Amino acid sequence: MTVAQWLEQATRDAERRGLPALTPLLEALARSTSALRTADWNRDLSGTSGTTSSPNGR
Amino acid sequence: MDADVRTISELARQIRAGSLSAEAATEHCLARIAERDRDINAYITVTADEARAQARDADRELKAGRDRGPLHGVPISLKDLIDVRGTPTTAASRVRAGHIATTDALVTTRLRQAGAVFVGKTNLHEFAFGTTNEDSAYGPVHHPLDPTRSPGGSSGGSAASVLAGMAFASIGTDTGGSIRIPSSVCGLVGLKPALGEIPIDGVVPLSMLLDHVGPLCQSVEDAGIVYHALRGVANPPSIQRREVRGLRLGIPRRYLMDLLDVEVGASFEAAVQRLSRAGAVLEDVVIPHANYASAIYVHLALPEAAAYHASTLDSRPDDYSQNVRLRIETGRYILAEDYVRALLGREALIADVKAALAGRDGLLLPTMAIPAPKLGAVTVSLGGTEEPVRNAMLRLTQPFNISGHAAISIPCGKTREGLPIGAQIVGAQTADVLEIAACLEPVMDQ
Repeated sequence: MTVAQWLEQATRDAERRGLPALTPLLEALARSTSALRTADWNRDLSGTSGTTSSPNGR
Repeated sequence: MDADVRTISELARQIRAGSLSAEAATEHCLARIAERDRDINAYITVTADEARAQARDADRELKAGRDRGPLHGVPISLKDLIDVRGTPTTAASRVRAGHIATTDALVTTRLRQAGAVFVGKTNLHEFAFGTTNEDSAYGPVHHPLDPTRSPGGSSGGSAASVLAGMAFASIGTDTGGSIRIPSSVCGLVGLKPALGEIPIDGVVPLSMLLDHVGPLCQSVEDAGIVYHALRGVANPPSIQRREVRGLRLGIPRRYLMDLLDVEVGASFEAAVQRLSRAGAVLEDVVIPHANYASAIYVHLALPEAAAYHASTLDSRPDDYSQNVRLRIETGRYILAEDYVRALLGREALIADVKAALAGRDGLLLPTMAIPAPKLGAVTVSLGGTEEPVRNAMLRLTQPFNISGHAAISIPCGKTREGLPIGAQIVGAQTADVLEIAACLEPVMDQ
């Protein structure tokens, strides 16, 4: 699941549960998750690994 | 009691010299609480009767020749996440209403065995879930030096209790910086021992992987005394003094020190110059994955908190403060695969810190990027960038919760307004950081 797909599902679920105030926190979490997934320690079956870009652009 | 007696070591000397008693020291702290805590709000529960009884027992034992060590008869406070039998453990939350601990936490038992006197349970950011102490069912804690500012958190009540003379030390917890942050902004010494050294049984958890218990004190010597009591060591060894000359310290500037408040940066650099002139060898080092610390932390701590709070989030959601409830709720949405990625990231960060420490005595960096923030502040301006207060408070401490290395915050000067600034020492072992901190303490805080 991509981070975008995850965010869409999570936001929809939070709204269904009556927690629309979660949306900005989920958006921030999505940025954090995107950073985590680009890290160079990640390995997956496709043989690709992340790159060491900075999670906050610095 | 002489107001100059502020440290455990001095109190212990005076008690043994017969010029002070545990009872007098306890009455002094209780009087300070009555005098100041209406404004500061450091305590949730004051256990005056129990403290008086403990103090009388301590004096009786000493007179009878039983000396339990330097903490014997010393009034301390405990963060209200730590169980003390017969006393509520509120975690600063309405969710815990009606709770009374039936047994002591293991650290409480050890402190009792060391003869400590418990004057009360201190306020905190609800469930330790924040750095400012603003979200508490018992109201915010105010900084003893400036009531418009936060004393830091989450162990903010602990720090305020020590700074205001309402206890000689306090026991806090540190999951992302919650001992070191309030110690830094309150001008205290705060020790996060190495991961796993101090038991967390009987302590309300935030994250099983990242929680640490440790002391907030007036001096490094005091931190050593309380640390050894928390380990259950009956006769604590004195801290070995190292020489500044020849001490090798790494400074992890990249990313961690990119954005600092101007006065924090200047105070730290002035201290570095003093150390250099005194013969310390200071070298820049790199922690390559430091910029991932926040992402790793969030993906570990939030799901762990969500698991612990799952049933009460569903059954009593309105008993949480809104901010804390929402933060814990986000943990329910983190995928297991991302939790695993964070676990792998933790291994990478452990390797980074080990490599940075190789051939060196320790790492040295500011404890926090900013001094005590204003209560209610959401962002701070750093280097022309508006940054969330939370990020600015956690950036320099969080990596060492993830890596598990021992870390201590010691005073490192003040701002022009008189707000304390802290410096942090990180080492392979807790004994290392205590020894280095004892050596640097007189040089750093000028």
